[in-house]
Amino acid sequence: MPDALLLHMKVNGEDVEVAAPPHFTLLEVLRYKLDLIGSKQGCDKGDCGACTVQLDGTARLSCLTLAAQADGRKVRTVEGMTAAHLHPLQDCMDKQVAAQCGFCTPGILMAAEAYLTKQARAVSRDEVAEAMAGNLCRCTGYVKIVDAIVEASEIMAAKEQG
Amino acid sequence: MGHASNSSEEAKAKGSVGKGLARVDGAAKVRGTARYVDDLKFPGMHHGLTKRSEVPHGILRGIHKREGFDWSQVVVVTAEDIPGRNTILLIEEDQPALVAIGAHVRHVDEAIALIAAPTRALAREAHGFLDLEIEEIPAVFDCEEALSAEVNVYGDDNILKTYLIEKGDADIEEKLASCDHVVEGLYRTQAQEQMYIEPQGMIASWGEDGVCHIIGSMQCPFYIQKAMRALLALDDDNLVVEQAVTGGGFGGKEEYPSMIAGHAALLARKAGVPVKLIYERDEDIAATTKRHPSVVRHRLGFDADGTIRAIDVDVIFDGGAYLTLTQVVLSRGVLHAAGPYKCENTRVRGRAVATNTPPHGAFRGFGAPQTTFAYERQTQKAAALLGMSPFEFREHNMLRDGDRTATSQLLEGSVGSEDVLRAVKEVAEANPLPKDDPATSIRHGRGVAFYFHGAGFTGSGEARLAGRATVALAEDGHFEVRSSSTDIGQGVQTMFTQIAATGLGVEPDAVRVPTPATDRVPDSGPTVASRTCMVVGRVVGQASVALKNRIESWASENGFGDMPLRQAATAMAKVEGEISETVQYAPPPGIVWDDETYTGSAYPCYGWAACVIDVRVDTDTYEVAIDRCVHAVDVGKAINPVVVKGQIEGGTLQSLGWALWEDVIYKNGKVANDRMTNCIVPTFSDAPEMHTIIVEEPFANGPYGAKGVGEIPMDGPCAAAAGAVEHALSTLVSSEGFDALPVSPEAIQRAMRLDS
Repeated sequence: MPDALLLHMKVNGEDVEVAAPPHFTLLEVLRYKLDLIGSKQGCDKGDCGACTVQLDGTARLSCLTLAAQADGRKVRTVEGMTAAHLHPLQDCMDKQVAAQCGFCTPGILMAAEAYLTKQARAVSRDEVAEAMAGNLCRCTGYVKIVDAIVEASEIMAAKEQG
Repeated sequence: MGHASNSSEEAKAKGSVGKGLARVDGAAKVRGTARYVDDLKFPGMHHGLTKRSEVPHGILRGIHKREGFDWSQVVVVTAEDIPGRNTILLIEEDQPALVAIGAHVRHVDEAIALIAAPTRALAREAHGFLDLEIEEIPAVFDCEEALSAEVNVYGDDNILKTYLIEKGDADIEEKLASCDHVVEGLYRTQAQEQMYIEPQGMIASWGEDGVCHIIGSMQCPFYIQKAMRALLALDDDNLVVEQAVTGGGFGGKEEYPSMIAGHAALLARKAGVPVKLIYERDEDIAATTKRHPSVVRHRLGFDADGTIRAIDVDVIFDGGAYLTLTQVVLSRGVLHAAGPYKCENTRVRGRAVATNTPPHGAFRGFGAPQTTFAYERQTQKAAALLGMSPFEFREHNMLRDGDRTATSQLLEGSVGSEDVLRAVKEVAEANPLPKDDPATSIRHGRGVAFYFHGAGFTGSGEARLAGRATVALAEDGHFEVRSSSTDIGQGVQTMFTQIAATGLGVEPDAVRVPTPATDRVPDSGPTVASRTCMVVGRVVGQASVALKNRIESWASENGFGDMPLRQAATAMAKVEGEISETVQYAPPPGIVWDDETYTGSAYPCYGWAACVIDVRVDTDTYEVAIDRCVHAVDVGKAINPVVVKGQIEGGTLQSLGWALWEDVIYKNGKVANDRMTNCIVPTFSDAPEMHTIIVEEPFANGPYGAKGVGEIPMDGPCAAAAGAVEHALSTLVSSEGFDALPVSPEAIQRAMRLDS
């Protein structure tokens, strides 16, 4: 087995070439090789969702994804959400005070964005609760996060139509 | 605090307290740029790992580096490397930082040795080659068994602490015998894991000047400083403890961080490079402190008209292997055990017992949820026995302004008891439970709970702590709030920004609240006990007003009377150097507490709360779904109502999780469910919609009337949820089926089978 693999990915819109040990997870490459520390390690076993990123637009647990599996693919992390302005999801989370300690927030944003992009419509509280059940938060009781995602879905759907 | 002013800037700022502003740290958190301890790197940094006992009780005979590994690549630290006293100093010195050879091992996750290596993988490899030789001796895991002291864990009798509260002259047995009714109950609650999403971690480094710098995930920088002074034999000039952005605490990062900080510092000292010590999730669940398991026997005596006349409570907490904070947790447990009810004859006995399990410790509520569960189960049973509505029984007996508590504390002002109960009752009565359809397996039930929570340190604790905070003009022209209060997600930085901006009469963006470091902030006391807003917020407000007054008088004396405050402050700083005001907390007058007899003013004031929980129980699958959650909390004044609601909602779900799902399973003193998939906490799909009602009965000695809110939402929903399940199944199962937590599907299944 080689000491390192040379991987090519498009990370947050930019072509990236990175060498990493073959056993490295995508989370390890993001955090330790690319200094994208927004994706968090909460359990390293796929239980908490704090490491959620998007692989070709689908939410994935980066702690359970080998970096090699991302070779040649598009990776999106929370760092990629912020352009000139906050993304509506980020903005709603901020305004609704849906990030308390904030450690679960990047993973929640990634999972929610992937979900809302696929739905491309305003969603209900119940739908959000079901779609987001893989991401744990211990601070909020989830109320304000659900509020924020529902509100963002309305803004995003209105933008699509407009 | 109202300073009349015509300036439009100040008029706008006036509204800052009481507004639901976004968090000052919100943007960094949603952008993913906030840096938690594991996001920090230092040149040459190594990674640390802890070698643990794996034996619940024994004597350490040897630590052996097995052959087959190149030990020159790593650094190994044992008790011999400790420059100071081998203890994690908090209340007592009973807990070692590392067990020394020849000394006792008292639980399975006791730290024995530490390893640092350039990579985590190498540290893990070394861990596998390090062998421990421990002579095992009999262990005890059950706190009631430990009372027999056949196995000795602590002192002669395994008793970590006892308390006795007595009120009334009559003999409690005689008094109970004279009541028309006595309800007796035995209540058990389980350990609970805080399950902050960010695991615990620290980085330590030593400068060439001999200064040890520690940064990490923590609630109480000065607790760590105190512990490091003893362990590392350093004075405060050679020790800096700094908080990194912290991903949740809930009490779990109150005391245990001192252990991790000490370990990281010992490794860094020997390795000569910075060392990062981050716990794996399984290690964090297994080794760090949890809510104390409890056994509470409660006897409630009352007359046919519903008047409570005698209360007798016996509280046992499992402290685990060392004292840590247990005596303080038990204190709060017994002080809340009689509940928010009037009663002339009360006895509360409390014992904390040592066992061979990892020490239990601080968790939001701090002993009160255990006794609240017991007394509110009792209240529900008493009301049912009399055929009274759960609201009516509580209204009849509740403490009101001017009444005296179990410690004979006179309640004077800020008593929202009637308001909170009325608020939830109105919502409940407007929304009756659906009728059960006998053709289906679904049964509906409603539970009510009513409770209080003492805010701040017990008795004269706040006077002893003498917490201080500073408000200063920083070099860049911002006003800076300096305190040791840590934002662990609860919103301290935002709340202090609003309090200081209002006190100074400036816009919130003129104020900054940095994360604390012990060399930059005064000791405001620990971030615990629902005290931060009420106590530290109070002195932040006072310091802000004092600074504003000083700047204004300087400005008018020097001909700048019309200048806005910030400009005047900058002009003043050019002449006078840094300007700042520091205020020390002065407890309200009239606080008299007797630690010997446990009588007097137990707390500066109380928060009051009530909740109604409606559930749906499926008698085929034993699943419980929460259909309604109404929670009213008297917080004195909501400095930021959105942040306050977030606190209430988060605490409510932790309480509901503890009631219905969460459990920590021990096998021979070792946590058997050390993953987030089996040590479960509520998910998005478990959480109910919440109807949260903020009640404001101002506390005269709090900032703008505010008192504690952090813990009270944890205390009561557990009892309401258990009561709701009991109500749903009342025709099927006797009420004892719901006297132990969690009321999980398995527990419901057992209860239904036993009764069928």
